[in-house]
Amino acid sequence: MKILVIEDDRDSAQYLAKAFAEAGHAVDIAADGETGYALADGGAYDILVVDRMLPRRDGLSVVAGLRAQGNRTPVLILSALGEVDDRVTGLRAGGDDYLTKPYAFSELLARVEVLQRRTSIAEVETVYRVGDLELDRLSHMARRAGQEIVLQPREFRLLEYLMRHAGQVVTRTMLLENVWEYHFDPQTNVIDVHVSRLRSKIEKGFGVPLLHTVRGSGYMLKVPGKN
Amino acid sequence: MGKLRSIFSTTATRLSALYLVLFTVCAFTLVFYMTGEAARFLSNQTRTAVSEEIQDLNQVYTRNGLPGLVRAIDRRSRAPGANLYLIADGAGAVLAGNVAGLDNTILRKEGWTREPFKYLRFSEEGVEKSHRALAHIFVLPNGMRILVGRDLGEPERFRQIIQRSLTFALGMMGIGAFLIWFFVGRHALKRIDGMSDASRRIMGGDLTGRLPVAGSGDEFDRLADNLNQMLAKISDLNDGLKQVSDNIAHDLKTPLTRLRNRADAALNARDTTKENKAALEDIIGQSDQLIRTFNSILMISRLEAGYSSERMEEVDLALIAEDVTELYEPLADEAGVKLNFVPSQPLKIKGNRELLSQSLSNIVDNSIKYSRSTNGGAVVEVQVSKANGQPSVTVCDNGPGIPPEDRDRATERFVRLEKSRSEPGSGLGLSLAKAVMKLHKGELRLSSEGVGLKVSLVFPSPDSL
Repeated sequence: MKILVIEDDRDSAQYLAKAFAEAGHAVDIAADGETGYALADGGAYDILVVDRMLPRRDGLSVVAGLRAQGNRTPVLILSALGEVDDRVTGLRAGGDDYLTKPYAFSELLARVEVLQRRTSIAEVETVYRVGDLELDRLSHMARRAGQEIVLQPREFRLLEYLMRHAGQVVTRTMLLENVWEYHFDPQTNVIDVHVSRLRSKIEKGFGVPLLHTVRGSGYMLKVPGKN
Repeated sequence: MGKLRSIFSTTATRLSALYLVLFTVCAFTLVFYMTGEAARFLSNQTRTAVSEEIQDLNQVYTRNGLPGLVRAIDRRSRAPGANLYLIADGAGAVLAGNVAGLDNTILRKEGWTREPFKYLRFSEEGVEKSHRALAHIFVLPNGMRILVGRDLGEPERFRQIIQRSLTFALGMMGIGAFLIWFFVGRHALKRIDGMSDASRRIMGGDLTGRLPVAGSGDEFDRLADNLNQMLAKISDLNDGLKQVSDNIAHDLKTPLTRLRNRADAALNARDTTKENKAALEDIIGQSDQLIRTFNSILMISRLEAGYSSERMEEVDLALIAEDVTELYEPLADEAGVKLNFVPSQPLKIKGNRELLSQSLSNIVDNSIKYSRSTNGGAVVEVQVSKANGQPSVTVCDNGPGIPPEDRDRATERFVRLEKSRSEPGSGLGLSLAKAVMKLHKGELRLSSEGVGLKVSLVFPSPDSL
């Protein structure tokens, strides 16, 4: 994946470049808004990571400018401003995701990978399948090995999200944002308990584990051995 | 009724009423003084005239004797005017005069009659009319009684005229006071109402609001102008504060991110030893906690200053409470706490879902934490209700509760009561909920129903907004 990072803080930018490279991605760096805009406009990037406060040209203006040009490259906005309304303005300017500083790199990586996949996967599929696990979005039914699994509405949405991003790391914050639509940080880790409940429902008595914990990051739903 | 009361509670009305009372007292004093003085003046005049008449008659008597006196009285009685004459013998038989129908007792007393008395007077046409008069009676050496007096019709009419005109003037004053109140007072009332409406809006957090200035340059305008300048200054200071906190957020969060990322990178490096990994994980955990506390402080400051940019929209309080309960239910279950949401009809309020959810989750989290060691089963109950038109959410637990004397302190920043020192947390949960409630013009209340703690988020009734 080819990533453009537009970030004025040199330390952060270098750290990001190194970390993305370690994760197997190619990274370009722009230190200000104008350079970033020119690079994004010319080069073919899979994803843009844009800091909101930038010298010479504001991050939001860069994104809005690109969108006005018809550039549809997925954008993740990084910002120190974390109120819900800041997020809303960020997304309205054309950002696809919004991450508040400070963040864990694992969080950023997971989000970037999910964003990149979003462009290639059709969200209109009505039935999701991972191994012998099946989820019918129309009838709101989940089955494993042909056997129906009874889920609470929220558990259904949780499984739906995990299955849509099967094979990708999904962080707790991403689950909280997408399944519960909360953008705050609950003091206690409530998500883990929900996931372990779901796990016991879809795995107990079925042998092969599907829902894996990724240490230090989050969760991943996948068939073992398959990538 | 309330409007009437508000009219009566205004300064303008009170001043008008005070003026009216003072005017009335002055006017009455004036009326009494003037009529009294006029009456005294007139009666003095009467007395002088009567005395002169008596002297005159005395001279006639000394010169011409009784027949001359009778003749003189007879002649004078016929002349038109207000003068009264009567001469009678000791037995009361009238010899001459223009007075009739007199009470006999009047002639018995010598000197001035104390009170005006009534008599009949022969008019030119010979018709008898009842009149009031004042007279002096004296007795001649031979027992003849002579009455010389003056009719009081004229001075009484005069007094009536004064009284009438003063009453009229008084009425005019009353009407004037009312009109002054109506126009000046109502005008002032309107201006002041406009100002207090505007200041209420500004206190609600809209620091861009200004007091209305009519442009007439009067006292109200000068006051509004000064207050507006003060507001501009406050809003400048606030903007400065906002700028500073935004800068702090930016300038401190970036190095914090770096710190955390370095630790993260070191943690993932292959050559890091096991002990170092544990230390690095601790560093990451601590910096996450630091970041969390830092975010909470910034958020509380923003909320308390009332310049949070969070939008208010119509939200369903019941749904918010149910969602938060649902989020915490598995966690409570694992901690052995029974967490219940009492089902409710939708309860619409104007609010911010994110902030309310966060406040409520802090409260529910606390309740689970503190009640989980309750003997015989911990229960936390979340309920929405509407009492006296005020929507509210309550979270009740059966844990150890907070003693009444500590309840106020519990919502202050960083205050962690003795019992909670051993629990993890930043001590900002309740302060945040309090700030969020302030933003919603509501209240955070801590109480207890015998056992445990009851935390209520009480919202203003929709009509009062």
